[in-house]
Amino acid sequence: MPKLFNAGTLFVAAAVAGALINADAALAQANEQFVPMLVYRSGPYAPNGIPFANGYADYLTLVNERDGGVNGVKIMFEECETGYATDRGVECYERLKSKGPTGAAAFSPLSTGITYALTEKAYTDKIPLITMGYGRSESVDGSVFPWNFPLLGTYWDAADILIQHVGHLNGGLDKLKGKKIALVYHDSPYGKEPIPLLQERAKRLGFELITIPVTHPGVEQKAAWLQVRQLRPDYVFLWGWGVMNSTAIKEAVAVNYPRDHMYGVWWAGAEPDVLPAGADAKGYNALALQHSAGQGPVHADILKYVYGKGKGAGQKEDVGHVLYNRGLVNAMLLIESIRTAQGKFGKKPLTGEQVRWGIENLSLDQKRISQLGLAGMLQPLKVSCSDHEGARHARIHQWDGTKWVFVSDWIEADETVIRPMVEEAAAKYAKDKNLTRRDCKVGA
Amino acid sequence: MGFFLEVVLGGLMAGVLYSLVALGFVLIFKASGVFNFAQGAMVLFAALTLVRLMEILKETFSPFLIALLLTIAVMIALAWVIERLVLRPLVNQPGISLFMATLGISYVLDGFGQAVWGSDVYALDVGIPKRPIVLFESMVPGGVLVPSEDLAAALIAGLLVLGLGVFFQRTRIGRALRAVADDHQAAQSVGIPLNTIWVIVWTVAGLVALVAGIVWGSKLGVQFSLGLVALKALPVLILGGFESIVGAVVGGLIIGVGEKVSEVYLGPAVGGGIENWFAYVLALLFLLVRPEGLFGERHIDRV
Amino acid sequence: MLYREAGQFKTTYGADQAVFPIRQDQLFIALWLAVGFVLVPLVSSEYLLRAILIPFLILALAALGLNLLVGYCGQLSLGTGGFMAVGAYAAYNLCVRIPALNPLVAFLLAGGVSTLVGIAFGIPSLRIKGYYLAVATLAAQFFLDWVFSRVAWFSNNTPSGSITAPPVTLFELTFDTPVKKYSLCLSILVLFAAVAKNLVRGRIGRAWMATRDMDVAAEIIGIRPMYAKLSAFAVSSFFIGVAGGLWAFVHLGSWEPLAFDVNRSFSILFMVIIGGLGSILGSFLGAAFITVLPLVLNQLPQWLGISISTAMISHLEAMIFGCLIVFFLIVEPLGLARLWRIGKEKLRLWPFPY
Repeated sequence: MPKLFNAGTLFVAAAVAGALINADAALAQANEQFVPMLVYRSGPYAPNGIPFANGYADYLTLVNERDGGVNGVKIMFEECETGYATDRGVECYERLKSKGPTGAAAFSPLSTGITYALTEKAYTDKIPLITMGYGRSESVDGSVFPWNFPLLGTYWDAADILIQHVGHLNGGLDKLKGKKIALVYHDSPYGKEPIPLLQERAKRLGFELITIPVTHPGVEQKAAWLQVRQLRPDYVFLWGWGVMNSTAIKEAVAVNYPRDHMYGVWWAGAEPDVLPAGADAKGYNALALQHSAGQGPVHADILKYVYGKGKGAGQKEDVGHVLYNRGLVNAMLLIESIRTAQGKFGKKPLTGEQVRWGIENLSLDQKRISQLGLAGMLQPLKVSCSDHEGARHARIHQWDGTKWVFVSDWIEADETVIRPMVEEAAAKYAKDKNLTRRDCKVGA
Repeated sequence: MGFFLEVVLGGLMAGVLYSLVALGFVLIFKASGVFNFAQGAMVLFAALTLVRLMEILKETFSPFLIALLLTIAVMIALAWVIERLVLRPLVNQPGISLFMATLGISYVLDGFGQAVWGSDVYALDVGIPKRPIVLFESMVPGGVLVPSEDLAAALIAGLLVLGLGVFFQRTRIGRALRAVADDHQAAQSVGIPLNTIWVIVWTVAGLVALVAGIVWGSKLGVQFSLGLVALKALPVLILGGFESIVGAVVGGLIIGVGEKVSEVYLGPAVGGGIENWFAYVLALLFLLVRPEGLFGERHIDRV
Repeated sequence: MLYREAGQFKTTYGADQAVFPIRQDQLFIALWLAVGFVLVPLVSSEYLLRAILIPFLILALAALGLNLLVGYCGQLSLGTGGFMAVGAYAAYNLCVRIPALNPLVAFLLAGGVSTLVGIAFGIPSLRIKGYYLAVATLAAQFFLDWVFSRVAWFSNNTPSGSITAPPVTLFELTFDTPVKKYSLCLSILVLFAAVAKNLVRGRIGRAWMATRDMDVAAEIIGIRPMYAKLSAFAVSSFFIGVAGGLWAFVHLGSWEPLAFDVNRSFSILFMVIIGGLGSILGSFLGAAFITVLPLVLNQLPQWLGISISTAMISHLEAMIFGCLIVFFLIVEPLGLARLWRIGKEKLRLWPFPY
């Protein structure tokens, strides 16, 4: 026993010593920009988290290999596994926020729960959060949320675009009166986000909104879909993530609910969600956050410079899938923000505060998007202090059994409905927290 | 009326699936007194092994059969390893230690399975029909929708229970298992080798886990959350009793029906999502009446 | 040789019955407190405080509470996460709805609320034992999870269900820096540990231990089982509720119901079992082990210079974690506290072999 006791003490002592030393000094180089990656490659949300992380990592590697970094400043990135859990996300944040010569550039937690937790900390630590297509819907208002950037759209935009689309299918928004729309949602802040907007729209347009929660991780949905069968809504909006999506489609098959009346949010519309259901998923619709699956010039570059040199994060076959592209676009937006910020602060590694300025002044026109090799995937966007989204367009794509096909034009979320809600919610947040709002008319 | 029948049928089907997982628990508890929390992880591991082997072997003449045989071999090996490395050293420890050990095993299996086979969702297609069939169209307007996948699952589970029943009653090994479940010391004194029996029990539980994995995997796709179905089997166990196979089946059916009926009819009134805890509360209420479960053995406290 | 109590004579009953009767123990504890309150905040980096020490302290408090229930009273409970959630949400609601209320007082009141809930969910223990009770406490866990998720009143009607705690203040002092938070948690933990140590040495602790060892015999000699079991649930839930309030306010800052799910319950149960059932020190050792281990495992490949993908690291983490649990149970089923006690025994004789 005493021998073991000694071994045990040594182990604990080594652990504590190691933790105290905090090995960040060894990895930082002088002229590198550190980009942290919060990922989940294990757990129930891994099937969706993995392709996103791969796309993100591959684009950063591409920038290093093809361009030699951003204006000569190479990108150093490190992954930290969060498993979609808030406390691990917070721990990863604390571990990575000061790495690199100037600290972390920006965080993209890919989890609404972690975003909520980090929003408080980002303020004090002065590191921006890029929550592309998720996060708090009211963080569009940069005067109250200077450090949150829900680029390309929020869940209120998503819900609104879906309403517009089904309205369009019925011949006009007024034709939605009397219809039933069911929201099957993940019982978490992520799933609950669209409810205020849908309730507002239901009030204005006269359709009946039914909300059906599904407990995490979403494997048990039989009762939810039995309710759907009983209520026979005209449309089902699916706000799921991870395995909840594929289970939802399978349960819809089991209760004979037509898949082409199902609309998933842009996080419920990727290959891992439809492939498990096989041929039965045909006809399932989902929002495409501007891009869908597909390959463009940037993918050719990635295959050449990244996979060609054996530095790819995932499998070559996954390049160009929906969530892979999502991660790629997210990384691209960060890189372009860093480039914008370098224009003002100099071609060197930047602090979080400087990167924040870069994101807030990010402007991508069609020419630049084509230059980046993403033509057709994105619309031009322009971020500003009062508009931290930059763009709020999306399309609907449908699974035809083997690939995603666009079935709608570009739809823009209706600002006349959403903006008042955003401002009201942001004002409430500012009042609750006793924040002084920034004045967006003055230069940031 | 028709919809109520659908809900009840759906509940019965779900209950059958829970019973499948609970059966594994019961087998191990009966024979060795260990509350095997790793049963869920075993379900996941078995299903993962099967589905990935099927993929690797898809060029051969019958990927399913070969993969199945290989997976059975893997589960036997797993049972042997567990018995040797975990059960034998812990042989006289209190139940709580063994329970925690199985919790540790579940972590190891989860990590190992994902490390070796990956974390994606894998579709498992063993030919179980997926389209629902509509029954009783003449009696009830619109007919009663019966998911044929669940019907197949119920059939498989029924066959499994029958098979287990025959195994326990008619074969020599089955008798030996029942003897060990009754009294370890007495069984040893008549010459039944305890360690071998435990390997056999864990193997059988592993095979039950494999069947459960096939059925659940076919329904949900094989992915990490499959391991969480073990938590769903726990109310089944406490309702039916930890030592009874019949209890596992009956308990499963009761829990399944209770869950779905409550979710569909009570759920909307309170905002939904109650099926997660309703099963436990239901089991708890049963326990207050019968503290050992419906079919569990009466525990006599001696001072 | 150093640890002998030869020469230490007690002249009063009080001195004889002290919690730490041996002079060396008293010095040791004083040293640890000095290190904890003075040295550690001075030398620790912000990451160490924020990500390791503060969670360790709060979870040690929760483990302490659970140890009282599982280790001393023998009632297996898997509802710890739910009771922490009760504490967190109760503290939040008290602070938000009664703005004049000091958050520290709110923590104590939240502990009280958690006590009531704990007693309510402890009532089945009068009839059910062992694993059945464990699974019944899971009912509490899932039910409480659902209540906090579904009933919007608890989250102050936030549509998303994610709420942010107000800062913790005491008179003029706001606990916002990591050092202040650490000191707050350490003070609360030391206070509660002292309370727990005294409780288990007293009549109520003995009633718990008698119930744990053989409840029928305990009842026969006159220990009322209802009183013993429910008081265990009550005290345990108080500790866990306060820990929950601290976890939410001091560590997370902003949380949603998933932060207190069944994985949290299991991890605290692990802490208690690995640390040692029925031992106050064991709760601390177990909490340290479980808090530090995942982080060490996560960063070990980096320190060793091996490059492994994060996915593989988290899988290996799970595997090593499971193996270590099994290993500990085989090698020392009574937990780290027992190893410590063996060490002390050896220390009494050192450097002599016997």
